[in-house]
Amino acid sequence: MISARVSQLRSAYPLVVVGAGPAGMAAALGATEAGSAPVLMIDREPEPGGILNQCIHTGFGLHHFKEELTGPEYAQRYLESLLEHDIDISTDSDVVDVDRERRVTLMSPDHGVRTISAGAVLLCMGARERTRGAIRIPGTRPAGVMTAGTAQKLVNLLGYLPGRRAVILGSGDIGLIMARRLTLEGVEVCGVFEIMPHPNGLSRNIVQCLHDFDIPLHLSTTVVEIHGSDRVERVTVAPVDEETWPCLDKAWDIACDTLLVSIGLIPENELSLTLGLRIDPLTQGPEVDSTMHTSREGVFAAGNVVHIHDIVDYVSQEALLAGRSAAAFVSRRMPPADNIRLLPGDNVAYCVPQTISTDREHTIYLRVRHPLEESLLRLGDVYERKLRYVVPGEMVSLKLRPGVLDRFHGDALRIDILPREED
Amino acid sequence: MPAAIDDHAFTHYLCIGCPLGCRLEVEEGTEHDIIEIRGFACQKGKEFAEREHTDPRRMLATTVGIEGARWPRLPVKTRTEIPKDLVLDLCRSLREVTARAPVRLGEVVVANALDTGVDIVATRDMPEA
Repeated sequence: MISARVSQLRSAYPLVVVGAGPAGMAAALGATEAGSAPVLMIDREPEPGGILNQCIHTGFGLHHFKEELTGPEYAQRYLESLLEHDIDISTDSDVVDVDRERRVTLMSPDHGVRTISAGAVLLCMGARERTRGAIRIPGTRPAGVMTAGTAQKLVNLLGYLPGRRAVILGSGDIGLIMARRLTLEGVEVCGVFEIMPHPNGLSRNIVQCLHDFDIPLHLSTTVVEIHGSDRVERVTVAPVDEETWPCLDKAWDIACDTLLVSIGLIPENELSLTLGLRIDPLTQGPEVDSTMHTSREGVFAAGNVVHIHDIVDYVSQEALLAGRSAAAFVSRRMPPADNIRLLPGDNVAYCVPQTISTDREHTIYLRVRHPLEESLLRLGDVYERKLRYVVPGEMVSLKLRPGVLDRFHGDALRIDILPREED
Repeated sequence: MPAAIDDHAFTHYLCIGCPLGCRLEVEEGTEHDIIEIRGFACQKGKEFAEREHTDPRRMLATTVGIEGARWPRLPVKTRTEIPKDLVLDLCRSLREVTARAPVRLGEVVVANALDTGVDIVATRDMPEA
């Protein structure tokens, strides 16, 4: 597998997919299965698979394949399906421009600078990690401060240990996974620090990544200073008050040579901005309709570039839809435009897609702002559903069958997630 | 929860079977016999609690060195779960292992690791560079 590099690029493809990670692979598959071929996938890494290649832990595919796979296994299953279709993959290739006539310019050692015309473009660029700079940790700027994902690439693909004694800031799943990973490779992990009063990752990861190895988790505590001239020598940590202000009188120092930050992801939308796509300020990704069509004709988007997903299975599902839609666009079989705008209301941080149609089945993804034990999802006054519990770290998905909106004749629907009295 | 019976022990676990994270309780009698398991949302949770109480096991996913491939590391995993206590020992022993490209997904990299009866298998194809 993974050696499907093309020696010759065509000058035009019905479909060009930017990014060959989980979203790009599922989108390409969706498009070819819907009859659109050939498809060109472009990725800047030496092989397709995206972040899955370095996520060697298990936990992928429970929804999609009904079994628990590692990241590389999940990627390989998709690639094997892809290679049965007419798909060209251009690796080691950076897409430097997509213009409004859907001309995609790439740059690579194999092909030089090439501009390719696309019938439709699928944006599947994924996300980047927030760095130390994003939260402005004071102190010096020594080596040894990096994102959890960078450390993951160093350890799992490139075979380097980032240090000998590490502190991890942020209790998101990537931070927790890396706490275990470093421990398994013989790095001492002094602790995971989380500014919020509750952990950010799944509870199963708290158990199997931290408890299993006696790694302490310090809630309501953050890193307030980094020390060291060439290399990290120590960090200062301090508890925070209810407004997350550090209580410096209670600060303490931890000797370490490495600080991993795992403090969230940002959709990677440079190309979307170049294209002038409408960006939703809530998701920081392109606005999409119920077919994953963006605000520019013939440009579709899916995966973490649209909004940050918790699990890859949902990325695949969303991208499959985007791929099918792009194929429909190319063959001029697009369904009628959406007629309802969704408005995030009480306790809804965002929802995707931003518009829906009354005559189709939809899956709406949304994220809450704060946790609720027993809650009620309300869609205007046309639909209600009880939810067991909601937390910001876990996306809520809502499947809407076509009949549900029959009685609705407006053009905007508000989504609220409200507290519910115990039954 | 029932009124605590003085000589019964109650142990709590958090299920790692899926993202739900059920809070499980195992009630144990005086002979270390399991009286009842509570808190699970599915059969997998009940089985996890029983296993976690008597013989905790984990999957291990890690890497070994590989020569002649695009990357210097090959991702591997235990084919099935191994006793939790052996996870770190197994990792230590795998640091001495170097595979040779090409390797196919599912290929055995180490057979019967640490005499557990469990094989270590590659989790991806790794062609020759």
